[in-house]
Amino acid sequence: MFELIGVAPSVLFGQMLLGLINGAFYAILSLGLAVIFGLLNVINFTHGAQYMMGAFAAWMLLNLAGVPYWAALVAVPVLVGLTGIAFERLLLSRIYHLDHLYSLLLTFGLALILEGVFRSQFGSGGQPYPNPLPGGQNLGFMFLPNYRAWVVVFSLAVCLATWFMIERTKLGSYLRAATERPDLVQAFGVNVPRMVTLTYGFGVGLAALAGVLAAPIYQVSPLMGSNLIIVVFAVVVIGGMGSILGAIVTGFGLGLVEGLTKVFYPEASNTVIFVIMAIVLLIKPAGLFGTPK
Amino acid sequence: MRRKTCLLATVAALAATPALADMSDGVIKIGVLNDQSALYADMSGQGSVWAARKAIEDFGPTAKGLKVEVVFADHQNKPDVGSNIARQWFDRDGVDLIVDVPNSSVALAVNQITREKNKVFINSGAASSDLTGKACSPNTIHWTYDTWGLANSTGKAVVKTGGSSWYFITADYAFGHALERDTEAVVLANGGKVLGKVRHPLQTQDFSSFLLQAQGSGAKVIGLANAGGDTINSVKQAAEFGITAGGQNLAALLMFVTDVHSLGLKTAQGLVFTEAWYWDLTDDDRAFAKAFAEANGGMHPSMVQAGVYSGVTHYLKAVAALGSDADGAAVVAKMKELPTDDKLFGKGSVRADGRKIHDLYLFEVKTPAESKGAWDYYKLRATIPAAEAFRPLEQGGCPLATRS
Repeated sequence: MFELIGVAPSVLFGQMLLGLINGAFYAILSLGLAVIFGLLNVINFTHGAQYMMGAFAAWMLLNLAGVPYWAALVAVPVLVGLTGIAFERLLLSRIYHLDHLYSLLLTFGLALILEGVFRSQFGSGGQPYPNPLPGGQNLGFMFLPNYRAWVVVFSLAVCLATWFMIERTKLGSYLRAATERPDLVQAFGVNVPRMVTLTYGFGVGLAALAGVLAAPIYQVSPLMGSNLIIVVFAVVVIGGMGSILGAIVTGFGLGLVEGLTKVFYPEASNTVIFVIMAIVLLIKPAGLFGTPK
Repeated sequence: MRRKTCLLATVAALAATPALADMSDGVIKIGVLNDQSALYADMSGQGSVWAARKAIEDFGPTAKGLKVEVVFADHQNKPDVGSNIARQWFDRDGVDLIVDVPNSSVALAVNQITREKNKVFINSGAASSDLTGKACSPNTIHWTYDTWGLANSTGKAVVKTGGSSWYFITADYAFGHALERDTEAVVLANGGKVLGKVRHPLQTQDFSSFLLQAQGSGAKVIGLANAGGDTINSVKQAAEFGITAGGQNLAALLMFVTDVHSLGLKTAQGLVFTEAWYWDLTDDDRAFAKAFAEANGGMHPSMVQAGVYSGVTHYLKAVAALGSDADGAAVVAKMKELPTDDKLFGKGSVRADGRKIHDLYLFEVKTPAESKGAWDYYKLRATIPAAEAFRPLEQGGCPLATRS
């Protein structure tokens, strides 16, 4: 059996696949962040908490109302998205004219409140969520749980659909135009504030969708968002703030890098993304896919 | 009548004064320092604060002329944060005793500061056996459990039932290293072998890479030298990847009842591990758990929280016997001199190296069918008698043990 840099190829392929699976979560979360930043210029620090709310909403729907996973996949993004819309209308929309920092502080504060409320209600250990697709396939080099395979395929589809909608449809072109010249777009009869509200709701819905996807893999825990959000921000920064394609590509790519780090030097697996971020920012300050402003 | 009451009050106050005068600041101040918000918050957190208060209430300090207060803080699992709080408590706030402190890195730091300031540290939450080994201190008592005890109970039981080859998934900090080291020694001493190990950062979400490496090693047993949320995610994902179905066994070297609750019996069933206390062993334990659950949203107490109760009780007894809390080392010496006896841990003792001695229990998690209701999770597999449960005094390398 030949070995590749000290590791059997079968193990290496297995780890790469796992990296891609984690990358799917990074991609879908950073996509939501990128959409919100790209169109609203808001750094949405509540994203991790909204992801956590998605997981909890799925858990509550299952345990309190018997709503199964597949229905939650549709219902939860809508429900949590609506809370996002309410937040945007009530608070966020009032500070668009202020500096970025204010929206950052507002969303960060909301994240702390949400996490605190869920923690005092449910404890920090989390709640179990049953796996809707138990079992798995033996690929020869690794055992691939069915559910994880589903996560990769589904996330990829969602990411591509979002990219297509924003970059290739008329609605997307309105959105992009509205971020450049809201006054002009408004003059053409487009209701820009409503579009901005819906965009925020959509970004939040993406976070909630990732939460539903994560629930069967991780515990449904109040901490799940804060554990992930810093990494996701790094992904967005590396990809280029606001770049849709950048978020998707770096999401999957960094999942892969992290997976490989877990094989060669596991102790560094939590920090490797930040090392890459530092290097990228030194070379390309606007991120890999970002355009300098 | 009023004059009589006044007189009585004055006499009572005078009677109480000598005792109060010997307490630093006139009050015994207990600081509960633990994880209030992250992965160890369920098994320690506010529950430990409640346990400390309950211990004080049951002790009845007012009748004995003592005044006791409780403060608490979140160390965020960071040794620097924990050290700062400990220093501030000792220097500025007049805290006399720090209890709990899960997370061995923080505990080792607090251990050092307590010694410098000559106060008292009763550790219930952290596991590293170094606290009574090379880092032992005349000001510290390690109360509930430690890595040596866990390793020798769970490790030995697993090797003896055929788990001869091991692969470790270890949390990459003081606690994980100590647990891995102590368990490895037991595995090797009992004729087993260790095929490999992987170390993961604290608070990792995804364990699939590590589990896959463990699976690839072909080891019969995957030893989880981690705790709290890390163990929960490891166990959950091991089930997902068909590890146990594939013939490998998981050995959770440290689990708490709150972890089993989070996982649910469906995923946790069959796991075997060691604890120092379980709420459903005696009537006193059950009564304590009932009161705890009523005050803590239905949660049941972990061994760490029970240890806080037991430790604070013994501390108060020692301070009352000594008549002073000013000299931390003297209080700890008194605690070592007096036999321990409380309703949760029963009779026991504190050894010269600061190790509290009592029985440990090997539990197995029930199947959903066996469980009769909420929080009915464990069946007792074996009791490890106090004499065998902890590392022999002379083997820890504690200078206090060799001197006495």
